[in-house]
Amino acid sequence: MGKVNLYIDGKEVLAEEGTTIMEAAKQVGIEIPHLCYEERLSPLSSCRLCVVEVEGMEKLVTSCSYPVREGMKVKTDTERVRKARKLILELLISNHPLDCMTCEKSGNCLLEKYAYELGVSSSRFQGEKINYPVLVDNPFIERDNKKCILCGRCVSVCSDVQQCDVLDFAQRGFDTLITTGLNKPLTETNCVFCGNCLSVCPVGALVERGRKGKGREWEFKKVTTICPYCGCGCQITLHIKDGKVVKVTSPPDAPVNSGWLCTKGKFGFEFINSSDRLTSPLIKEDGKFTKVSWEKALNFISTRLNEIKGKYGGDSIAGLSSAKCTNEENYLFQKFMRAVIGTNNVDHCARLCHSSTVAGLARAFGSGAMTNSIGELSKANCILVTGSNTSETHPIVALQIKAAVKNGATLIVADPRKIELTGFAHIWLRHRPGTDVALFNGLMWVILNEGLEDRDFIEKRTENFESLQKIVEEYTPQKVEKITGVPAQDIIKAARAYAKSGKSSIVYAMGITQHTTGTDNVLTLANLAMLCGMVGKESCGVNPLRGQNNVQGACDMGALPDVYPGYQSVSDERVREKFEREWGTSLPSAPGLTVVEMIHAIEDGRIKAMYIMGENSVLSDPNATRTKAALEKLEFLIVQDIFMSETADLADVVLPAACFAEKDGTFTNTERRIQKLSKALNPPGEARADWEIICSISEKMGYPMQYKHPAIIMEEIASLTPIYAGVSYSRLGKNGLQWPCTSSSHPGTLYLHKDKFTRGKGRFYPALYKPPEELPDEEYPFILSTGRVLFHFHTGTMTRKVKSISQIYPEGLVEINPDDAGLLNVSQGEIVRVRSRRGEVKVKVKIDEKSPPGVVFMTFHFAESLANILTIDALDPVAKIPEYKVCAVKIEKLQ
Amino acid sequence: MISSGDREKIDEVIEKYRDDPGPLISILQEVQNIIGYLPEEVLSYLSRKLKVPESKIWGVVTFYSQFYLEPRGKNTIKVCLGTACHVKGAGKILDRLKEILRIKEGETTKDLNFSLETVRCLGTCFLAPVIMVNKDYFGKLTPDRVEQIINQYRKD
Repeated sequence: MGKVNLYIDGKEVLAEEGTTIMEAAKQVGIEIPHLCYEERLSPLSSCRLCVVEVEGMEKLVTSCSYPVREGMKVKTDTERVRKARKLILELLISNHPLDCMTCEKSGNCLLEKYAYELGVSSSRFQGEKINYPVLVDNPFIERDNKKCILCGRCVSVCSDVQQCDVLDFAQRGFDTLITTGLNKPLTETNCVFCGNCLSVCPVGALVERGRKGKGREWEFKKVTTICPYCGCGCQITLHIKDGKVVKVTSPPDAPVNSGWLCTKGKFGFEFINSSDRLTSPLIKEDGKFTKVSWEKALNFISTRLNEIKGKYGGDSIAGLSSAKCTNEENYLFQKFMRAVIGTNNVDHCARLCHSSTVAGLARAFGSGAMTNSIGELSKANCILVTGSNTSETHPIVALQIKAAVKNGATLIVADPRKIELTGFAHIWLRHRPGTDVALFNGLMWVILNEGLEDRDFIEKRTENFESLQKIVEEYTPQKVEKITGVPAQDIIKAARAYAKSGKSSIVYAMGITQHTTGTDNVLTLANLAMLCGMVGKESCGVNPLRGQNNVQGACDMGALPDVYPGYQSVSDERVREKFEREWGTSLPSAPGLTVVEMIHAIEDGRIKAMYIMGENSVLSDPNATRTKAALEKLEFLIVQDIFMSETADLADVVLPAACFAEKDGTFTNTERRIQKLSKALNPPGEARADWEIICSISEKMGYPMQYKHPAIIMEEIASLTPIYAGVSYSRLGKNGLQWPCTSSSHPGTLYLHKDKFTRGKGRFYPALYKPPEELPDEEYPFILSTGRVLFHFHTGTMTRKVKSISQIYPEGLVEINPDDAGLLNVSQGEIVRVRSRRGEVKVKVKIDEKSPPGVVFMTFHFAESLANILTIDALDPVAKIPEYKVCAVKIEKLQ
Repeated sequence: MISSGDREKIDEVIEKYRDDPGPLISILQEVQNIIGYLPEEVLSYLSRKLKVPESKIWGVVTFYSQFYLEPRGKNTIKVCLGTACHVKGAGKILDRLKEILRIKEGETTKDLNFSLETVRCLGTCFLAPVIMVNKDYFGKLTPDRVEQIINQYRKD
């Protein structure tokens, strides 16, 4: 691209060819008034407010869409321009309520701002005013068409960014309005309540219902921090008045999400100020919790832990760290378990979601994380999404995938369920649950058979290719069709699309990992990527989407039973010596127990006490009845949380923790980006940040941990963790840093394995197809698959405290295919009993084509109809991840 | 509910435009000819079949006056309000029609016999003031002739 010289208001500007006058003016700090223009959307040029004078041109031009030319002389603020703008504003306000005194947008309204700047207080034009009713047809967004200036930004964001196409212009002339198809209430459209329409609305036509009457724009304290829900790592700005979060926005220049949010990130924060928050330490006496002082609670904990450690040894105690907590807290937690308790029995929920990723990708590539970055996805030529309902579980990543499709990429979705992305997919491989290895071996068979593999890459960068060839040989498309149910033709089509695109990316999540063959599934995807040379390049790679806000970080920090921070093995003597030296104590060398193994070890008496920080095991672990019985058997249980969870209920001591908004720290998102949290509020009552609590317990137990601030903990982390060596708070600016970041001058890493795999050469680990542990039979004829939905998060501890979210998705459902519903003679909304070999739950039926015949789906969000009472605790032999995605159930009518 | 007969005909129309790059308006016109107007369930059906968002279809059908979202009368009366007709007293003709039919412009009589519309010019200014009933013109009208004309169509 060439450069162009031009003059704007006398200032010389050197701009890229193809930029608009508006963008060029911004470069030199000149802001041209605009209403319909939004820098993240394509120009609409409808409001005409951005008109400017260009020397030699008779008419005024719209600067938002007019491209710069060499030698152009632009004037943005002449009398003629001002007159034109005033006229536009007068026309707009002639049909506007002018109720700025009570309008929620006042102080942040562009119409108000420009009217002020141009001195427009009334209109020469008097006449009829539009009188459409205010629409409150959903729990989240209020729409007032009377205030709408028809700029079209909301239409644009809904169709181009979110790609839901809920809103559009309707009617004509004076009656023109923005509305839904058939004027349906938003709840009856495919609106996902991301609120992005609202965030681009320049006036008060779209506002958050939750902020009504709670304060004026200028009264809010604004703190930008990181969203605590999924692993996307979106930046959010909390707007706070009187210690309460009134609304949430996101900075348009946020590195991951560009200011776009999903419904949880936009509307899911009522839990912070919930009256159900834990506010003081509690000790259970005679089955009842009593409020106690911190001093008493800490003394009790240290005495009991010391007793148990003395009586049974350190390995009789186990700890669950938290992927919801910061890196610094996870670091301290594992340090506490290892250095103070003296055990490697520390794990966290990554065991239940991506331990097979960590195990699989570490073997194949040497590094168990997303190889590439979220922002690269939109530039891929082909994306294979498998086992990820991305639109619901990682909505911001889904925006990138949809953008890629809009840019011309081929989308392949391999998923048994008819998820939203199948609507965007060119090829949908609807395989039977648990047949992933066979399916992808089938793709590789086609690639090898047609000579589409990348020979050069295989030769130079990988090893063990011959054994892959040998195993894949058996998986002809015809055979794979029999195993998976996917037509051979589609297997061939998908294989060609993936292998030939030049830039193919694999995106996956728990549909791949949560199987007894989870590690094999991951390795098979790694094989596919290496076979086609799609690793170590931009917009390619193997990309596991991490579920929790800081599950990547919790793994990085060594909240795992076999590794210290930075995946340094506990069995490696030199590594252990380093940590022993730094932590000033001797450390155990045998790897500890994993999450589900801990539960089983309680049963046989090996584990006597547990310290659980920010996890709700009773709901999140498989075979919930067994989990609960085990936790009840413990001699001592400490639970540290922000709410009295189902797990906290079983504890001997409950410690009140600060939530994400009430502390400093860092989260590492799914693309390895370490970002800084900012404390916005004080914790309720006597609640304390988790890192402070761990330090106090440690102190009481005779091992001083003195850190004034998480920044100092990060210094210690950096000194011991090579992949974090260059990370410090002073370097974590607006965009954070992506690991590996190995020195203070290292810029961080956009994508991994560029010229060399972390382990040297990439290694093929071919796998044979093995069926899931428990398949349907005559007695239990259905496959149960479990997962999440858009509106809720995990065990619902946070989202179920949000009124609007609870209104729109109030209870658990079992999704049944219409064919099955017919055979079972059950109807929409009927309560049925779902039974497995491990338990039964009563749950409401949702008849839905998302599930294929023979498969039903439930979430683990709702304690009242908990899917994990049914799930099987069979584990992957390597990663010890349970098979949440397949177990056999039956459905019974109640009468 | 769309009757199976209508559905078959709609599917035929869709099939006819299968390879057309921008067939929405043509399809809407033909479907309206089949059913007489565009009921909501038909719009939703077209949205699903054509993979065009309901919001977009809604924008189109509410923008163009040629599309009807309510059932139409058997007979359509178009009253010209163009300049010539206006000068020659079209307003009084319209008032008389409203009086006789007991509906406003844009509405349809309860018995689904008549729909009343106003248009800007029928291109027959020499007949001003003029109305059209279906495909027939009635020119140089006076208010007292209106009832007789309407009665002709009532008989049918």
